[in-house]
Amino acid sequence: MSPSSSIAAEPGAVPAPDEHHEHHPSYLVDGTTVKSWLLTLDHKRIGVMYLIWVLLFFLIGGIYALVVRLELLTPGPTLIDAMTYNRAFTMHGVVMIFLFMIPAIPGAFGNFMLPLMLGAKDVAFPRLNLLSLYLLLTGAVIAIWGMINGGMDTGWTFYTPYSTHTTTTVAPILFGAFIIGFSSIATGLNFIVTTHTMRAPGITWWKMPLFVWAMYATACIQVLATPVLGLVLLLVVGEHIFHFGIFDPAQGGDPVLFQHLFWFYSHPAVYIMVLPAFGVMSEVVAAFSRKNIFGYRAVAFSSLGIAFVGFFAWGHHMFVSGQSTFNAGVFAVLTMLVGVFTAIKVFNWVGTVYKGAVDFKTPFAYFCGFLYFTVFGGMTGVAFATASLDVPWHDTYFVVAHFHFIMVGATIMAFMAAIHYWFPKMFGKMYHEGWGLVSAALIILGFNATFIPQFLLGNAGMPRRYYEYPERFETLNVASTAGASLLAFGFLISAIYLTYALVYGRRAASNPWRSRGYEWMTESPPPTHNFVGPQPTYSEEPHFYVEPKKAEVPDAV
Amino acid sequence: MNELLNNILFLPEQASTFAERVDNLHYFVVSVTMLSSLAVGTAAVFFFFRYRKRKPNQTTEYVVPSVKTEFLFVSLPLFFFLTWFVIGFRDFVFVSTPPKDAMDVYVMGKQWMWKFSYPEGPNGVNVLHVPANRPVRLLITSRDVLHSFFVPAFRIKMDAVPGRYTQTWFEATKPGTYQILCTEYCGLSHSKMLGEVVVLSPEEWDAWVKEQRKGALQNRQDALADLSLEPHPARMAEQGQKVAAEVGCFKCHTVNGEPHIGPTFLGMYGRTETLDTGRDIRVDEAWITQSMMDPGAHLVAGYPNVMPTFQGKLTGPQTAAIVEYIKTLRTPDIRTGASQGPTYEPIQ
Repeated sequence: MSPSSSIAAEPGAVPAPDEHHEHHPSYLVDGTTVKSWLLTLDHKRIGVMYLIWVLLFFLIGGIYALVVRLELLTPGPTLIDAMTYNRAFTMHGVVMIFLFMIPAIPGAFGNFMLPLMLGAKDVAFPRLNLLSLYLLLTGAVIAIWGMINGGMDTGWTFYTPYSTHTTTTVAPILFGAFIIGFSSIATGLNFIVTTHTMRAPGITWWKMPLFVWAMYATACIQVLATPVLGLVLLLVVGEHIFHFGIFDPAQGGDPVLFQHLFWFYSHPAVYIMVLPAFGVMSEVVAAFSRKNIFGYRAVAFSSLGIAFVGFFAWGHHMFVSGQSTFNAGVFAVLTMLVGVFTAIKVFNWVGTVYKGAVDFKTPFAYFCGFLYFTVFGGMTGVAFATASLDVPWHDTYFVVAHFHFIMVGATIMAFMAAIHYWFPKMFGKMYHEGWGLVSAALIILGFNATFIPQFLLGNAGMPRRYYEYPERFETLNVASTAGASLLAFGFLISAIYLTYALVYGRRAASNPWRSRGYEWMTESPPPTHNFVGPQPTYSEEPHFYVEPKKAEVPDAV
Repeated sequence: MNELLNNILFLPEQASTFAERVDNLHYFVVSVTMLSSLAVGTAAVFFFFRYRKRKPNQTTEYVVPSVKTEFLFVSLPLFFFLTWFVIGFRDFVFVSTPPKDAMDVYVMGKQWMWKFSYPEGPNGVNVLHVPANRPVRLLITSRDVLHSFFVPAFRIKMDAVPGRYTQTWFEATKPGTYQILCTEYCGLSHSKMLGEVVVLSPEEWDAWVKEQRKGALQNRQDALADLSLEPHPARMAEQGQKVAAEVGCFKCHTVNGEPHIGPTFLGMYGRTETLDTGRDIRVDEAWITQSMMDPGAHLVAGYPNVMPTFQGKLTGPQTAAIVEYIKTLRTPDIRTGASQGPTYEPIQ
């Protein structure tokens, strides 16, 4: 199978790459100086730089995770002292959430794919796009400087009045997160405007790829919720340094006010992390089962629904904070609606496979893992929303396991699927399929082995953020740490074969999956201005795998 | 069956009335989750095999769901979720509403220990003694940062918030010793902030109370004998009266029913007051505490906003003592109104 023949078989595909290759080099080789990368306005290069940085942050956060897990291997002190442990779990959370999960998929794949999927040459504001990357890095540098010079021991939730009293270095880390917030807002704003104004002729709202819908919903949350986080972080910094007295009850402040403000951002932030994952998976499942998405509008609407309802569910973090019982009931019902929207997506993804043609490649393996984590992570989330079950589970390892399933598991699965699915698109190379499947299996197994024991620990009553724990929890903790090692090993394998593929990998065809997603309607890797020659025509909806002239089956269920 | 599920789920033993209720919902939720995910998983795996790719560039039919299918996708989860909610919220209301005849214990978290005081007298550190088969209401606060009071065997948990009282309750079903854990991260020794609830049978409880009274009396006599020490009133209400006099509450609040600069303490607890915002509230521990810490927040209508804050001037135990003192100032006619709902009466 030669690359050119596979392209020619796809309707709407561009001519074979070598015809134009001389005049339109791919974005990767169009300018090779360091400056041409660091000051680029090309959304694809910015996406690649995002990818490199978030992978680095993922590594840092992962090392913190392993330190935490190793410390918990025995009930007493194992490796480090209590203060170091408290800093380690705080940094694990801060790095993973603010530097990896929030920017990962929007920054790397959103930037790269969104304009390609909309048939645009770039995002609406390329300079703002570059600025968002440097804002992220500025915030990261300040935060990491703070971690090295003192660290912080409040947990990533920064609950007052502890965070305003601790002697550790709160200010630079929170200020770093504050700056990272601007990066997030800039990305969101850019995506909203791009989606509204830069769709190519033929791409109507109801023909946009579902990844774009998910990014759009995410962007709305980023723009609307992040300012509240900025506000609350600044107030905590001010309280810590200047003793404002807004949250500290010793000065007439209200610590529960902090929780309301914090979760008003941080609950929607969960959807900033997971909605892009849903978007990636909608693309992957369609591409690898060679089917149109079952219930396209339902999936698109449910993204918007999650984004909207997500704003009114924050109180479920405070069922045992002394919030009124009535409030708890309202927040509980609203939280369940998020579960309903997620269930709609899950059913439609499974429905997509119905009458499809499943090609079980690495991205699809990650889709299976994703489906699993979303179902169990989501259902435990709804279980929390019953309010009464939250009472014993609140702030135990059950919470830790739950959000690692839904927020981390689903996002990591999507991130890995995105890397593999779009690897040939972004770099024009192909990775080793066998190793891809092996590491996917290891990662999924390792993730389960890490967090299933934590669900049980939570049931047994082990609180989170414990440096030492009663001996009855030891067996499950050992199991969890063993699982974390397996997980790390899985990631290590991925890192090795992907790096190898990047350097020595065989040249991939322009569309090796024969996907009919819009982003594949140009060369891989794309030329700097995305499209060569006449603008592609978008006559069909994305992922339309019907034989030409074959009659439509309106309803098969 | 119950025992088996408890073991599979690694749940601790059930030692309170709430534990039984919440575990029943737990079993129901787990069963529905497992069955539904099994159904989804089986369908998915079946599709993966049945509809595997057979040709390199295979085309497929265009399949979209009918409205009926989409309706099923929405209504099926919604039905189960709402069922869970109805059961769960009923139980949540149960655990949020202490029964009228509950015995009160004040709980104060501080880095890194729990202090318990009974309106009757004795105080305890890290060990809470309670009788079995009798509802116990916990009035929880903190002296420094947030803590959370958690007894896994009772399945109850409530945050300890500085400057406020939160409440929860339990009814222990069998005598024994159960661990208390702090579940709100509170700093360096968070994981060492452990305590115990000792549940005593009725006879043991009576004996324990007697023992404590004797001890308290003894302490008091010792204190009196030692003239260098202030006598320590054993009862919280007596302490509260003393503290209230010292910090000057009586300059503005009377205890004989006369309104002065501030509302009278007499019969205040349990009374329905109209606030300056026009809202009616029932005076409880939380409101009294808040009025000491942030007097302007919920001002009783008709009184000037002149009271200074006692935030930082009163310690947790002093605040609790004043609350207990105010609770003792009752007039019999206050609680006869039918519209006033249940009031919480402390055991005396």
